[in-house]
Amino acid sequence: MINAVSKEIPEYIEGYGKVKPFEGAFKNINKAQKTKVSLNCKSSFDDKVIGSIEEVLKKCGLRDGMTLSFHHHLRNGDYVLNMVMKEVARLGVKDIKVAASSIFPIHEPLVELIKEGVVTGIYTNYMSGSVAQAVSLGYLKYPVIMHTHGGRARAIESGDLHIDIAFIASPSCDNYGNINGVEGRAACGSLGYAIPDAMYADRVVAITDNLLSYPLCPIEISQEYVDYVVKVEEIGDPKGIVSGTTRITKDPVGLKIAKLASKIIEESGLLKDGFSFQTGAGGTTLAVAAYVKEIMKRKNIKGSFAAGGITGYIVEMLEEGLFNCLFDVQCFDLKAVESYKNNRNHQGMSASMYGNPHNKGAVVNMLDVMILGATEIDTDFNVNVTTGSDGFIMGGSGGHSDTAAGAKLSIVTTQLIKGRLPIVVDKVTTVTTPGETIDALVTERGIAINPKRQDLIERLKGTNLPIMSIEELKSLAIKMTGVPKKYENNGKIVGVVEYRDGTVIDVIRQVQ
Amino acid sequence: MKLRRSMLFIPGNNPGMIQNAGVLGADSIILDLEDAVAVTEKDSARILVRNAIKTLDFYNSEIVVRINPLSTDFGFEDIKEIAKVKPHALLIPKSTTEDIKACDDILKRIEEYEGFENNHIKLFPLIETAYGLENVYNIIKASDRVEGVLLGAEDLTADLGIKRSREGEEIFYARCKVASACRAFRVDAIDTPFTDLNDYEGFVEDIKRAKSIGMTGKAAINPRQIDTIHDVFAPSKEEIEYAKRVMKAQEDAKREGKGVFSLDGKMVDAPIIQRADNILEKARLSGLL
Repeated sequence: MINAVSKEIPEYIEGYGKVKPFEGAFKNINKAQKTKVSLNCKSSFDDKVIGSIEEVLKKCGLRDGMTLSFHHHLRNGDYVLNMVMKEVARLGVKDIKVAASSIFPIHEPLVELIKEGVVTGIYTNYMSGSVAQAVSLGYLKYPVIMHTHGGRARAIESGDLHIDIAFIASPSCDNYGNINGVEGRAACGSLGYAIPDAMYADRVVAITDNLLSYPLCPIEISQEYVDYVVKVEEIGDPKGIVSGTTRITKDPVGLKIAKLASKIIEESGLLKDGFSFQTGAGGTTLAVAAYVKEIMKRKNIKGSFAAGGITGYIVEMLEEGLFNCLFDVQCFDLKAVESYKNNRNHQGMSASMYGNPHNKGAVVNMLDVMILGATEIDTDFNVNVTTGSDGFIMGGSGGHSDTAAGAKLSIVTTQLIKGRLPIVVDKVTTVTTPGETIDALVTERGIAINPKRQDLIERLKGTNLPIMSIEELKSLAIKMTGVPKKYENNGKIVGVVEYRDGTVIDVIRQVQ
Repeated sequence: MKLRRSMLFIPGNNPGMIQNAGVLGADSIILDLEDAVAVTEKDSARILVRNAIKTLDFYNSEIVVRINPLSTDFGFEDIKEIAKVKPHALLIPKSTTEDIKACDDILKRIEEYEGFENNHIKLFPLIETAYGLENVYNIIKASDRVEGVLLGAEDLTADLGIKRSREGEEIFYARCKVASACRAFRVDAIDTPFTDLNDYEGFVEDIKRAKSIGMTGKAAINPRQIDTIHDVFAPSKEEIEYAKRVMKAQEDAKREGKGVFSLDGKMVDAPIIQRADNILEKARLSGLL
């Protein structure tokens, strides 16, 4: 069948089940149901601290076919997923589904477990490195299910994604299971992505290298959700968790793109008191923040909030009074961690509060402007951030689709050509985010506004911004690169890309 | 009038930078075959620059190629190869009167052979020796192709055996001399680049100083310098307002049949009108009107 972004998808996918096709970004937001949670209650006689991962796996009743979840705040410094899965393999358990909010190059040991059949399924919002390559090459038994950050929270809360055991990498934890991310060697700040796991998994295990006496203060994930606590030597490598600083790009082309994007924001009518804003941590998107900051200062504008993954740069904007508060789902650098710890206006949020389309209102819905990236964007404005043009998985939505759907103005910023490839194409290799939720594309050689935003086109008419059609941008790119031969792939389905509402927006096929 | 506030150097051996040069907003791009390119890469850079000019779109930036000095083995080869693809101009390092005449001559022959319009390819002498500086008037006079002069202070001070400073007092004379000679022929006087990318304040002061002496533009060695150069060389709001009032007063005077008129109690004569006209034209080209 053909879904609403014109992608051919099967009605049934082996290892996934019946497919609900994507019908449109806002077609499936009305009533929703949350699932029941079964739990083992604790009495005053129970001790939560367990001596080893092996012991806790046994206590949780680990068996073949279970789903184990992990969160990714320790990013490419995470030791927890690998250490838990190593024990799982040692115990001879098979057919495990790993629900990790993101998978990084450090999780390479999973590849062996995939090949051995210990791991047969993966749910994730973003994956890069060897695991992504192995999945692309067809080693995983069942297709990987790629969620968005909000979509993962929705899947967990609705019961679509049932977690048997959630493992919470905990930079600090007390002996009764209260957790925070702001203290300890592996401090990572907000633990927003782990919150749905903690609330809805059958069993919740805190893995910590900083076991403190009760009660921990402050508490981010509380004792009421946590079954067991295990102390280990190290939960992660601080160098891979947060960088010392995240820097604005010095690349002149990146700066040019950022400046153009900031001008659209200025002309959009949204940049006024109460303005809200989100960017990623990339050098170019941070440069947009820098230019927006300049405009806000010049025009004496006081914004309401900035959200998402938080960088030191956004913290500076908070501290300078340019925003009232921050909503933080993960901290990208040490400055953000420090601020999250000390500044009351730097608030945490769960993945559900951030982007779940099936709750009573996510933060993304209140966003004015979102700055996004793209690996490819097509002439329908559909964006791919999941696969490279060679078909290999190299990313995923993360919050891309959630924020694009929520923000009043979502701007994709990218170079028109990367590595000799045109970025604007006829059809993206994989649709991650539907074009109907993208308002503008900004490149160094021109800006294209989605024709559905006639209001914005009108508004920008009197400006000297280089506005052109997305087809013209494509032609500009092709003029320099030539038409690349399309990578045709009819291999078996190795991945299912779920839109945030749980419908299937695209599938990923095995790289030949 | 063509705006030539900024001339950005781009290494002639860097395809990535050359490909994006046109989007950076410089008035002129100088594709450099001289200092940026090692001796072992001179031929490949020449081919790269030639093909880039042939195929790439540099949008509103004019293309100037800095060739190697005519005293080296590469200079004439550069001209022969590059002139065929019709750059806007060539920048001639360590220029002398003889060099400019020689360039003029060879360009004339190439233009005839290729069927290009006569005098199509322009010249920018680079003044970077004491000999060149003292001859700058004659250097400009040596060819109708000369559209401007670029002052190269690093080599010049080296030749003079003196140190470059942040304040640039040591090049005061050179700036004045170049600016005055250029004005005599109504060609552009492009100031030497400011090399400390971390000293923003020093950079702004340096441009202001050059502008106040009569330099009309500045060379840039990093794209980040372009906006600042344009800002300083742009006419100020006050200048634009005053110029508008001068033009308005002139119109009123014409209507009233007055030959001479005054504004704010001061007499307005031809040079003031000319200046106001220039400012408005500059403002229009800079997108300020």
